[in-house]
Amino acid sequence: MSEQVPFTIEQFYKHMLQGKFMGGKCKKCGKIHLPPRPLCDNCFSKEFEWVELPKNGKLLTYTIIHVAPPQFQGMAPYAVGIVQLENGVKIPGMIKGIALEKIKIGTSLTLDFGTCAATQEWPKWPRYYFKPA
Amino acid sequence: MKGKPIASIVSAGLSRFGKLEGLYAREIFAEAAKEAYERCPNLNPKKDIKALFIGHMGESYEHQGHTGATAADWAGLMNISATRTEAACSSSGAALRAGIFAVLSGLCDVVMVGGVEKMTHRSTPEVTEFLAMASDFPFEQWHGITFPGLFALMATAHMHKYGTTEMQLAHVAVKNHYNGSLNPKAHMQKQITIETALSSRVIAWPLKLYDCSLITDGASCLILTKPELAKKYTDTPVHIIGSGQASDTIGIYEREDFTSLTAAKLAAQQAYKMAGLKPEDIDVAEVHDCFTIAEIIAYEDLGFCKPGEGGHLAENGETALNGKIPVNTSGGLKAKGHPVGATGTAQAYEIYLQLTGQAQKRQVKDAEVGLTHNVGGSGATATVHIYMRC
Ligand SMILES: [Zn+2]
Repeated sequence: MSEQVPFTIEQFYKHMLQGKFMGGKCKKCGKIHLPPRPLCDNCFSKEFEWVELPKNGKLLTYTIIHVAPPQFQGMAPYAVGIVQLENGVKIPGMIKGIALEKIKIGTSLTLDFGTCAATQEWPKWPRYYFKPA
Repeated sequence: MKGKPIASIVSAGLSRFGKLEGLYAREIFAEAAKEAYERCPNLNPKKDIKALFIGHMGESYEHQGHTGATAADWAGLMNISATRTEAACSSSGAALRAGIFAVLSGLCDVVMVGGVEKMTHRSTPEVTEFLAMASDFPFEQWHGITFPGLFALMATAHMHKYGTTEMQLAHVAVKNHYNGSLNPKAHMQKQITIETALSSRVIAWPLKLYDCSLITDGASCLILTKPELAKKYTDTPVHIIGSGQASDTIGIYEREDFTSLTAAKLAAQQAYKMAGLKPEDIDVAEVHDCFTIAEIIAYEDLGFCKPGEGGHLAENGETALNGKIPVNTSGGLKAKGHPVGATGTAQAYEIYLQLTGQAQKRQVKDAEVGLTHNVGGSGATATVHIYMRC
């Protein structure tokens, strides 16, 4: 059944609203796509299956944003980084629940859905974040 | 063995760079076009120029898209083929390459390529938001990652892997501000000290205000022709002998490594191969220092030093005006300014001045071969061109 669900960015965030952290796995070459895509960039297959992604990973790099775009100004300064999950897939996101000066490359982090409410306006997606594992 | 010319620059123009109050982008472009016409009395613009390719990143700034036709009209080139190229901060690098395609194909004998951006009338948060549009929306912008933030992610990774320091980043800023102080068209014409750079306010740690390029208004253009026609228009053309362009993932998180830009390395390889030259043959270069870390990564991606040694190259003064390989003699994006769409051909304008001996106080002695390195966004596009004195 799940195979009929489109392998799109929209669907990635819809899964998040249901508390699921899912990627698209190419049935032909096995590549796991995050975000999911409708065409495998590796082998051009269009056949995928949904796989649950591990929530734990390590911080590859990070920055502390002081000058933020209008909608994030109230949160600055805040940390964002790129996390490599246990299966090797990489994903960026905010880092919360840890003092900014304690963040280091290699820190173990885990994904949290937060309140996972969708925004009122387009694109009506939720925002996940990372916290110390 | 040096490669053969693929196109020739017979003239070039640059508007003033800075806060140009009360001017609209098309009017600034007309200023650049006028200089290019005046430099080349043998050119009859209305008769000779058959196409315009113009880089322009954002219609948000002035609520104005359709820049090709608009710029052609204001440059007095009514009714010609006019097309906008958009590749974020590499928009006019892409315009230059499109112009080369047009000339090399035989379709056009003479074309104008250029770029423009009008930015300073908008607030910093607005500009921050507009610039971020060059990065991935669903996973980067959506989670609060700004444009400086993306380069800060690269800086943190470079520091961790190679021991690059904030002091080395500051050296890039001090050098480019010094060069800018010698350029009468630069946005910032004042020198700064290492202390000023290091103590400036944090934008996206570890990048501070003086690690960031400027929000600037400006326009630039070049007149290109076939190499065999160049002498008809000027005695001192500059030949383009290498051109490369490549792309990469829009999201930097999908890349193997955050300490170099694959698109820039591939574009450089293409350009060097076409030119039949090596990095050590380059006499002067304009590289895309949108942030100081980007200049250090550029040294490495262009082969001016080994990976990880870029910080030392800056610190040891090897890329200063009197160094082994002078980089960003114009002041770079850091001090000359970064009107996004105009930057690629503004870099080529500086190389044109250097190779024709017109760079005045910042002239690199006996410069014969120059290079430009123009990066779009956080490295999803890169264009590299190599130029030779006639
Ligand atoms: Zn596949």
